[in-house]
Amino acid sequence: MSEELKTKGDNQNRHNKEQVNGVQYLSFTLANEEYGVDILRVQEIRSWEPVSRIPNVPHYEKGVVNLRGSIVPIIDLREKLGIKFTEYTPLTVVVVLQTSDEKKTRTMGVVVDSVSDVITLDKTKIQDAPDFGAKISNEFINGLVSLNDRMVILLDVDKLLKLEETEEQDAGDN
Amino acid sequence: MSIDMSQFHQVFFEECFEGLESMESGLLNLDTGAIDSEVINTIFRGAHSIKGGSGTFGFTDVADFTHIMETLLDEMRDGRRQVTQPAIDVLLGSVDCLRTMLTSIQAEESVDSAAVEKYKTALEIELTGSASEPSTTTPTAATQPAHDNAETVVVVADEDMVEEKGWKIGFCPYLDLLKTGNDPVRMFRELAELGEYSVSVNTNDIPPFSKLDPEECNLSWALEVIGDIPESEIREIFNWVEGDCELDIQSFTKKTAKPASEAKITEPEAPPPVQEIEQPKPAPIAAKAVDSPSAPKPQAAQADNDPSKASAKSAASNSIRVDTTKIDTLINMVGEVVITQSMLSLIGENFTMDKLAQLKRGLAQLERHIRDMQQSVMNIRMVPISFVFSRFPRLVHDISTKLGKKIELKLVGESTEVDKAVVELISDPLVHLIRNSLDHGIEMPAERIAAGKPETGTIELNAYHRGGHIVIEIIDNGRGLNKAKLIAKAVEKGLLDENAVLGDKQAFELIFMPGFSTAESITDISGRGVGMDVVRRNIQSLGGNIEIISELGKGTTISIHLPLTLAIIDGQSVAVGDEIYIVPLVSIKESINITESMLNKIAGKGETYRLRNLYIPIIRMHEIFNVQPTDKANTGEGVIVVVERQGVLCGLFVDELLGPQQVVVKSLETNYRRVQGVSGATILGDGSVALILDIPGLVRYSNR
Repeated sequence: MSEELKTKGDNQNRHNKEQVNGVQYLSFTLANEEYGVDILRVQEIRSWEPVSRIPNVPHYEKGVVNLRGSIVPIIDLREKLGIKFTEYTPLTVVVVLQTSDEKKTRTMGVVVDSVSDVITLDKTKIQDAPDFGAKISNEFINGLVSLNDRMVILLDVDKLLKLEETEEQDAGDN
Repeated sequence: MSIDMSQFHQVFFEECFEGLESMESGLLNLDTGAIDSEVINTIFRGAHSIKGGSGTFGFTDVADFTHIMETLLDEMRDGRRQVTQPAIDVLLGSVDCLRTMLTSIQAEESVDSAAVEKYKTALEIELTGSASEPSTTTPTAATQPAHDNAETVVVVADEDMVEEKGWKIGFCPYLDLLKTGNDPVRMFRELAELGEYSVSVNTNDIPPFSKLDPEECNLSWALEVIGDIPESEIREIFNWVEGDCELDIQSFTKKTAKPASEAKITEPEAPPPVQEIEQPKPAPIAAKAVDSPSAPKPQAAQADNDPSKASAKSAASNSIRVDTTKIDTLINMVGEVVITQSMLSLIGENFTMDKLAQLKRGLAQLERHIRDMQQSVMNIRMVPISFVFSRFPRLVHDISTKLGKKIELKLVGESTEVDKAVVELISDPLVHLIRNSLDHGIEMPAERIAAGKPETGTIELNAYHRGGHIVIEIIDNGRGLNKAKLIAKAVEKGLLDENAVLGDKQAFELIFMPGFSTAESITDISGRGVGMDVVRRNIQSLGGNIEIISELGKGTTISIHLPLTLAIIDGQSVAVGDEIYIVPLVSIKESINITESMLNKIAGKGETYRLRNLYIPIIRMHEIFNVQPTDKANTGEGVIVVVERQGVLCGLFVDELLGPQQVVVKSLETNYRRVQGVSGATILGDGSVALILDIPGLVRYSNR
C-alpha cells in the first residue's frame, strides 16, 4: 500500500518537474529569423495601425497609439535589433508586451513581421547566447533554443524594452 | 401629513456652508477699501438664505443669530451705515460663529451657547451703536475692546497730566434734520448739563433769502464741552440724530497738545456714533490693548472650527456639486446613445448584407458617443481648485493682521480643474505652506522697507495644468531661504555632517527633514519643525512631489506637482505636416496667417516675425519636431500661433489651425517616458493620439 503511494508520489514529482522546466514562449519572425518572448508577458496581438509620431526620439521608437484609452508606445523590433527596415504590410503585427523595471510596469507594443506559434520549451534545453564579441550585442538575448532544427532566439523583454532615459534637460524648470 | 424634513438637512447644510463661504469672501473683499454695493448684496443674500433655511428647518438659534447680522447688513446695503473695519471684523467673527453653530447642529451636538451669545452681543452693540456699557471684562469682539480703549485713553491722560479734558464736537446736520422732529437746541441743552460748554454756529451755508426753506436746517455747529465725560454720554445725546447728520467727536485736553493728539478720536466721515470703535490706534498703549485681544479672536474661532470643519467635510465628501452644464452635456449624450441604439436595432431586425455599411456607420457612431460619455462622466469628478483656494484670503487676512505684516494674496488659475479627491487631500498641506510663507517668508513691513522692497509683501498662489500633472505654486517675495543658516542648523541638530557640501537644492531639501526648524522663536503659527516633512509625505502619498526654489532676499517659490490622469484642458489643435498637435489654449495669445516672406532672419538662422512693434522669435514646428513638411509648408504659407511663456512671446509656425477642443490629458510617462516639448497626449475623436505641446519646454528646447 505504502509502495503504491510512493509510486504515485514519484509520478507526481515527475509531472511537476516537467511543469517547472516547461516554459511557454510566443514565437515570431523577423527577416526569416525566429524569435521568442515569454508568453506571460504578452498582453495581446494586434494588427499594425498608424501611430502618432513622437518627435526627436530614437528611430526605432515609432510613436504611440491609443490602446483602449491608454497611450502605448510602439517599437520597431527590426530597427531596434539593427535588422533592415521593411515597409509595413497588412500582415505586419504588433505584439503588446508587459515590461517592468524597478519602478513600474509598462505596456509597450513591438512591431514584428508575423507571429508564428506558441512553443513549449524545456528550460534546461535553453543555451546561453554565445559571445559574438563586438559584432552583435547580445544584451537582449536570454538564450538560444533549438526547435525542430530551427534556432529560436529568446529575448529578454525587460532588457529589450528598457527605454534609454533622455537626460533631464529641463531639471532647472522644476 | 407630515414631511420628514431631515432628508433635506444635508442639502441645507451644504447650502449654508456655501453661503458662509461667499459671505466670508465678500467680507474680505470689502475691507480692501472700495465699497461695492454688489458685494454687500452678495453677503446679504448669503445671510438671508441661511436665515430663511434655518427658519424652515426649525433651527431658531441660527435664524435669530442670522437675523441680527442681516439687520446690520441691511443698513449697510441701504447706505444708512458706513462699512467700517470693526463692523467687518464683527461680521467675520459672526460668520465663524455661525459655521460652528451649523457644524454642531449637523453633528447633532449642542451648540456652544456662550460663544453664540458673545457674538450676538457684539453684533447688537455694533448695531445699536450705544457701546455704553462694556458688558464683559473679556472683550468679545472688536466693539468692546475699542470701547475699553476709549477709557484707557482717559486713564493714560489722567496719569500723565492734570489738565482739563473735554470734547470737541462738530455737528453738521443734513437739511432734513428738522423734519424728523429733532431740535438741535434741545440737544445742546442736554450737553450743557454735562459740563461747561461753548458753542459757535456756522452760517455759511444759508442760501439767499429767496431760496430759503424754513423747514430745512442750513446751520452747523462747533461745540466744546469741558469735563471728564465718558464719550458714551455724548454719543447718547446725539443718538437720535445719528442718521441725519455728520458728527465729529474728538476728545481733547487743554494746555498739552501732545496727549490730546494721541488720544484724539477722529472720525473723518463716519456719521453714526458707532464709528468710535474705528479708532483703535490712538495711544500706543491703547492700540496694544485693542489689537491683542481682538485679533486673536477670529483666529481662535477659526482654530476651534478646524476640527469640526474637517469632520463636516468628511461627512460631505460623499456628495459633489456639479456644474449643470456638465450634467446637460451628459444627458444630451445619453440621448444620442439611445437614438443610435434604436437605429441599430432597426437595422438588426431585418438585416440583409446590403445594410452592412449602414451597420458599420451606426456602430462607429455608437462607439464615439460612448467615448464622449465616458469623458463627460470623468469630467463630473473635476472641480475647480478654487474650492481650496477660496479659504486662503481669510487665512492670510487673519494671520497677517495677527503678525502685523502687510500681505497681499494673489490667486491665479483658480478655475483649473482638479479631481475632487486631489482637492480634498491637497488642502491641508497647502494651508501649512501658506502659513509658513506668511510667518517665515514675508518680512515685517519695516524690514521690507529697509531691504528696499515694497512694504506690502505678496504671496501668489498659482495653479495650472502641465501634462498629466497639476502644478500648484506658492510664490512669495519675502526673505527667501538662507542656505548657510539651513546648513548650520542641520549640523547643530546632528542631521548633517559638518563637512558636508550641499548644493542649493540639497540645502533647501533640509527643511523637509523631520524635526527641522530654523525659526528663532516658536509661534503658534509655525516653527515647531513638524510639518514640512508631513507636507511632503502627504504630497508624495498623492503621487506628487514638492520642490523649492529660493533666492535669499528675493523670495521663495514652492511648487507642488500632482499627477492628474483625468485632467481636461482646453486646447487648440494645429496641423504640422501629417501630424496633429494640441496647443493649450491658455498659452495662446493670438494666431496670424502669414507667408514666409514676412519672416526676418538673424544671422541666417534665427527667424523673427514683427508682431506690431515687437519682433518675436519663431519656432518652426516641423523643423523642431522633424515632421515631413507638406506641400503647403513649401509654398511658405502657414499660421503663426503666438504663445506666451512667463511674459515672453514666441511664435509657433504651423501649417494650419484645426479648431479648439477640450481634451483629456493622458500621461505619456505611464507607458513611455517624458518627451521634450511635449507635456502629454490625448485621444482625438477618431481614436488617434495627438501630442499636447508643453510651451515652456518647447521654447527651452528650441533655444538649445
